[in-house]
Amino acid sequence: MPNPTNPIELVTRDFSFYYGNYQALTSISMDVERNRVTAFIGPSGCGKSTFLRSLNRMNDIIPGTRVEGKVLLGGVDIYNKDVDVVDLRRKVGMVFQKSNPFPKSIFDNVAYGLRIHGERNPSAVAQRVEESLRAAALWNEVKDRLDKSAMDLSGGQQQRLCIARALAVRPEIVLMDEPASALDPLATQKIEELIFELKKDYTIIIVTHNMQQAARVSDTTAFFYLGELVEFDETKRIFTNPKEKKTEDYITGRFG
Amino acid sequence: MERHFHEQLQELKKKLTTMSRSVEESIEKSIRSFMLRDAGLADEVFRMDDVINRMEMDIDDDCLKLLALQQPLAADLRFIMAAMKINNDLERMGDHSVNIAGYAKSLIGTEAVPPINRIPAMAKIALGMVSESLAAFVEGDADRARLVCLKDDEVDAMDDAIFKEVLRLPHPGPESVSRSLALVLASKNIERIADLSTNIAEEVIFIVQARTIKHHSELSVIEDRRAR
Repeated sequence: MPNPTNPIELVTRDFSFYYGNYQALTSISMDVERNRVTAFIGPSGCGKSTFLRSLNRMNDIIPGTRVEGKVLLGGVDIYNKDVDVVDLRRKVGMVFQKSNPFPKSIFDNVAYGLRIHGERNPSAVAQRVEESLRAAALWNEVKDRLDKSAMDLSGGQQQRLCIARALAVRPEIVLMDEPASALDPLATQKIEELIFELKKDYTIIIVTHNMQQAARVSDTTAFFYLGELVEFDETKRIFTNPKEKKTEDYITGRFG
Repeated sequence: MERHFHEQLQELKKKLTTMSRSVEESIEKSIRSFMLRDAGLADEVFRMDDVINRMEMDIDDDCLKLLALQQPLAADLRFIMAAMKINNDLERMGDHSVNIAGYAKSLIGTEAVPPINRIPAMAKIALGMVSESLAAFVEGDADRARLVCLKDDEVDAMDDAIFKEVLRLPHPGPESVSRSLALVLASKNIERIADLSTNIAEEVIFIVQARTIKHHSELSVIEDRRAR
């Protein structure tokens, strides 16, 4: 575990996850620091995405899954029966691998979450939409065509729109599942710069297959293998001198 | 399956080994030219230096390409960083043997002074350190590298002894001063070769254990070993 420098935002303790009889995650304990970027790396099927999706209960919709252990946000276990999942997902937002704007206008995409959460005041909505688009570094590119369809934006713009949509409801944590894997290098660079800016106000957790990306954007890195958390430490340490041989073998491509 | 990249790292290691053999040969020739006052041997050292310099540039180029194209991490990254430094250290050793060959030429036709007899023993230890540091590099053996660092004091003491002995010599005229200077400077160059081999040993420890021991940051560990 890294030596925390910031307050702890999210804590998991002995968290295990099952798809039916298949155990996808084994006893994951991790402290995620506030205003830091935490990267999850590991080979396909290692459980990193399952773990990410467990942090805002995205896996709930998959039938036959169950969890053990705890995920504590503000001291409350998000798997408690009385937790409002819609409210949880406001606090813990998510951006997916494939940008998924709604077939609506740019404005309505960002305003969507606000309206769901009961914001009816048009000027308040407009203000928050602008703030969110600015925070997602998209405002200057779209401010003159907010009423145009989001589907007409480029891939990189669509992904930043999805980030703006996630930010609009003022989350505490933003989960990103391979947010740049479908983007070209320039659009990827924009997303990475954006992540760096966003950590001032948010806690970011990112899953990426691109190890150089994890090295560039994150402060701490967690390496998962076969559903276990093998090593979790400062990113600088993981990529220059990891403690575990498995981590070393994975990041230097000597695996298997 | 071995990655192509890791084969390239092995290739880099081989090139450094080849270079180190040339450097050792050049040092050895420079010492012989110095002891025998042999201009032919000194000229061979000068020629070898061109070859060593070309090897250095070639290895630099390989390292740059590997960094840019493979974006190495962890042990691989440490290996390439260390290889660049070892490359530089070996090239410097080549320069020191050129210096020694130059002093050899300046001594031709002059009479030998007694402290010169200390040079072969000193050079033997320094050459042993060079080959041991390279062997430690090839084997990835941090313990072997540490032993190289311990040898450095012996060479320093011998260099010191030569200097003190030269000070006690009578220096009736400019020729005797220049003869003594050549000896002192040759000794100093051998001492630097030994220093550079401890640099290589330190790089080996960095590759293997990701620890920096240079500039005496781990002196206590070395001293503990010496006490045993």
